[in-house]
Amino acid sequence: MPVDVELLFWDGCPSHPQARAELEAAMADLGLDPAQLVVTEVPTDDAASANGFVGSPTIRIDGVDVQPVDDPPALTCRVYRLRDGRFSPTPDPADVHDALARAFKDQPT
Amino acid sequence: MTAIGQTAPAFELPDTAGQPHGLTGAPATVLVFTCNHCPYALAWHERMLGLARDYAERGVKVLAINANDAATHPRDSLEAMRERVEAGDLGDVPYRHDESQQVARDYDARTTPDVFILDADGRLRYRGALDADHGDPSLDAAWARAALDAILDGRDPETAETKPVGCSIKWRKG
Repeated sequence: MPVDVELLFWDGCPSHPQARAELEAAMADLGLDPAQLVVTEVPTDDAASANGFVGSPTIRIDGVDVQPVDDPPALTCRVYRLRDGRFSPTPDPADVHDALARAFKDQPT
Repeated sequence: MTAIGQTAPAFELPDTAGQPHGLTGAPATVLVFTCNHCPYALAWHERMLGLARDYAERGVKVLAINANDAATHPRDSLEAMRERVEAGDLGDVPYRHDESQQVARDYDARTTPDVFILDADGRLRYRGALDADHGDPSLDAAWARAALDAILDGRDPETAETKPVGCSIKWRKG
């Protein structure tokens, strides 16, 4: 079964192109086809609630958030922490890479 | 909307203790529309504080203004602003609450952060981002510093306008 990789975004936050580029680069680095990435726009509050969307961008690998948070659904920019502690509108590329690598490694052969 | 070189709108806004403050008459004043919840505002925050520290001895005033609608973004409430101030997150930078959003509208502020630099006569001399990349602290608010250096030296900033980058201002609905 392939690894499910999903990027959810709200267009009111400008961070999703960077998040997508870094996610696709991590997929390619691990031998995953970036074309398998499912990109979902979350345009409304109702859609945010329905998707459990806590901010843009949100990246899920096999349904699991790469940096889970206990925030309510909202159309907002999401705050991430980089590995060096700095705030960022996108997750640390190393965290995304590691989350993908774990999911890829756990696949049955 | 105020064009570069025009007199910027005067205003009076309360700080987190409820005390009203207007523009200062400083040799240069830096207005930063910012907030608590936005990752871009947070990513640039230390650079804003550094700029305030470095130019304080030349009389420059830096004012942070939060105009976001707290009804939709509770992290930007007055109470949350107060908590950050009490925690020392704003350093010596006054944090002002634009509850009516009128000042943000008067300045045509679009994002958090969005930076406006006024000269001693209250004319708008720079508008835009602090520097070119929220993700690169080494840039150290270079665009805003260059504009301030020019204003304080009596010159026109070489670059007077850049594109503000960040979260959209959260306007009230209806």
